[in-house]
Amino acid sequence: MELDNIEFKSLELKDIYKEFPGVVANNKISLKINAGEIHALLGENGAGKTTLMNIIYGIYQPDDGEIFINGRKVFIDSPRTAMNYGIGMVHQHFMLVENHSVAENVALGLNRTKFLNPTEDIAKEIERYSNEIGLHVNPDAKIWQLSAGEQQRVEILKALMRGAKLLILDEPTSVLTPQEATELFKTVKKLVANGHSVIFITHKLEEVYELGGIVTVLRQGKVIGTTTTKDATKEELAKMMVGREIIFNLEKEKVEPGEVVVKVENIDVLSDKGIKAVKNLSFEIRKGEILGIAGVSGNGQKELVEALTGLRRVEKGKVIINNKEIQNRGAREIGEMGVAHIPEERIKYGIVPNFPVYENAVLRDYYKEPFSNRGFLNYKTIKDFTIKLVKDFSIATPSIETKTKLLSGGNIQKLILARETTTKSNFIVAAHPTYGLDIAATEYIRKLLLKKRKEGSAILLVSEDLEEILQLSDRVAVMFMGEFMGIVDPKKVSIEEIGLMMAGSLRKQEENNAHLN
Amino acid sequence: MHISIEKRGYVSKKYYTSVYLISIFVAVILSSFIFLLRGINPFYAFSKIFQGSFGSPFGLKETIAKAIPLLLITEGLIVAFKGKFWNIGANGQLLVGATFATWIALNFGPYHSSISTITIMFLVGFLGGALFGLIPALLKVKLGINEIISTLMLNYIAEDFVEYLVYGPWKGKTQYGFPYTDNFPQSATLAQIPGTRISYITLIIALLSAVLIYLFIEKTKYGYEIKVTGENPHAARYSGIDFVKITIIMMLISGGLAGIAGVGEVAGIHRHLTYPAQISSGYGYTAIIVAWLAQLNPILAIVSAVFFGGILVGGDVIQTSLGFPFSTINAFNGLILIFVMVGNFFTEYKIKIRR
Repeated sequence: MELDNIEFKSLELKDIYKEFPGVVANNKISLKINAGEIHALLGENGAGKTTLMNIIYGIYQPDDGEIFINGRKVFIDSPRTAMNYGIGMVHQHFMLVENHSVAENVALGLNRTKFLNPTEDIAKEIERYSNEIGLHVNPDAKIWQLSAGEQQRVEILKALMRGAKLLILDEPTSVLTPQEATELFKTVKKLVANGHSVIFITHKLEEVYELGGIVTVLRQGKVIGTTTTKDATKEELAKMMVGREIIFNLEKEKVEPGEVVVKVENIDVLSDKGIKAVKNLSFEIRKGEILGIAGVSGNGQKELVEALTGLRRVEKGKVIINNKEIQNRGAREIGEMGVAHIPEERIKYGIVPNFPVYENAVLRDYYKEPFSNRGFLNYKTIKDFTIKLVKDFSIATPSIETKTKLLSGGNIQKLILARETTTKSNFIVAAHPTYGLDIAATEYIRKLLLKKRKEGSAILLVSEDLEEILQLSDRVAVMFMGEFMGIVDPKKVSIEEIGLMMAGSLRKQEENNAHLN
Repeated sequence: MHISIEKRGYVSKKYYTSVYLISIFVAVILSSFIFLLRGINPFYAFSKIFQGSFGSPFGLKETIAKAIPLLLITEGLIVAFKGKFWNIGANGQLLVGATFATWIALNFGPYHSSISTITIMFLVGFLGGALFGLIPALLKVKLGINEIISTLMLNYIAEDFVEYLVYGPWKGKTQYGFPYTDNFPQSATLAQIPGTRISYITLIIALLSAVLIYLFIEKTKYGYEIKVTGENPHAARYSGIDFVKITIIMMLISGGLAGIAGVGEVAGIHRHLTYPAQISSGYGYTAIIVAWLAQLNPILAIVSAVFFGGILVGGDVIQTSLGFPFSTINAFNGLILIFVMVGNFFTEYKIKIRR
């Protein structure tokens, strides 16, 4: 089908079914989107939203079910076909060539790009769009120079210039500061006013109401219902999304912080690219205290965590844990000094996916007594230990012999937490501990962290989930470009303030640090 | 029509086994075309191969004689492959082991007892192979050099070095100008099962190595560390496993076992050092296929080593009785490796076709 000559009227899905090994991601999903509509797709992580969108965009093929465009049955076997039907998608992770300019990225793969001087016309076109819809971006800027918000605009431009009439935005605000998100909402509204349709994937209720329009709620691969923001209250939608009332007011007991467990003094840490990612950072964490680190990812959180756990060099400064200097000591030694590490990207770092559960249960301690004896592993002890972990932490697994990759994300995370917190550590570094988990697992893990806090652990919690940070932390540090914009009291700070700090436009002195120093 | 490739979840043992049997079967079918092209009935050719390798006492003896070095090398390769260190250099490691042992045989052997000479030959043979295996390990961990390239290239260095020795300084005075070293003294040769070329000691060492490597991989701390490193290097780093140390251990074992195979060849079969191609017979490459056919299982490797020993003997048979070049066998081996790899794919993924 030729580009640009199709007028998009409607997209209809009928009984879309898609199964992955062990999970039904989409279970007979039916959905209709008309031209000029904002359609929010609301659901928790793992509800099947992204899978469904990948089916519409031709990345996956459904096992069963039909897709109709303008009432005609179609097969979308690749993103190219989807584009030809006027469907565009902006992924959660941008697909841009970092070292190329905006115009070059847009020109790449575009049919009308000229062989010679390819970006000449494109740059003009970008400016035209910029003015029409408010997608302001400099066509000559290189991608790596742009903020996440600007990069997202480039992705949207790419889709529009390929003739997208229906734009799918997959969790578009997850990488944005609150201010950038507000800008995005304006853009979305302008697009719809211009006759485009937008599917907006999110798990944040506020965003749904900000946009207004039609909402379809997905849960465990099924459509729970379709309604509008006028007809349903936030509470009703929340209930549809999680299947029960959210009881997210975790009981957080008052714990009087004890002696200083962790003391970080003026550390510098480099990123993989050799750029200073953590700049002259200092802080303390006391016994029974959770220090939350908020911030848009990529502002040095990862490097900080790796430096504290021995996976990255500390270029300058000191890290003192339990009164011992531990910087640059190596992961194993630091682990033995009482540091537990719940890594981000749990499947990449935290487990060996092809190992049975019991071999992963001892990934950090396999070499110690009683698991290891004169170089031989004592598998009987290891299995007994694993059975106990599985029981104590209610990890759902068919058996301890099951390959760990077959467990759900929540149960993998429980396994990692079980492993990390049963050792006699008193400093827990938790990086995005509930990312991508369902409500029940999230709640379990948050409760566990609070329990460890009560038992006297010092905890560093890095998370992009502001709600989580505010709920669990005793103090919140907002990280921006490798520095703390301030350490604030989660009970006194407003979301707006944190948003501004995350964007680097507000610096706050620590107010409640009287007990420190 | 829509074709898509999807990951499999749980795979049953039965499915696994049948995929491999089918893979081998398909490879056999395809290789029969080689015979057809020459106008020879493939059934006749295969029956000849079978007779020559497993179906006659002489063939069986030769098959086992060839299975021994294959098994030794394979056990070493399994260790390296479990850690995802792609050691393609077993041929070179074998040659260095054989060279070290030859030096002992010629310079130490004449003046000492058989027991001490043989013991030392095996020890230095292991050492030689291990040191030669250490080179690519260090190149990888210190300089980030790809081990596939370095191990492969080191094979040529070892070959040329052995060639230099047997044509040059080590050329035997009693060998009438042939590129052989002098024959080993009696104390430096291995006793053979009468009427065969199978030496007791290498047979026992090879079988023992299968059991030891199994225990090493499945029951020891280092075995666990090798598996973690191979399966997920990120998790290995997170867990504090020393990548440098574990890579060195892997390659010392891998190279060492190839070195022992080299000792077995010079002390048990040839009884002198000679052309590198004769000493190694390409075992280092064939063992790669043996290891994959055994799915890196140290015990199953015994079966697959005997199978490939038979194929190598079969290669000699079709050469002499059908006038086929020996390289026909290489084509066959290649087909088996390719189809086992394709089989691997089918145990991990499935292809879905929708209309």
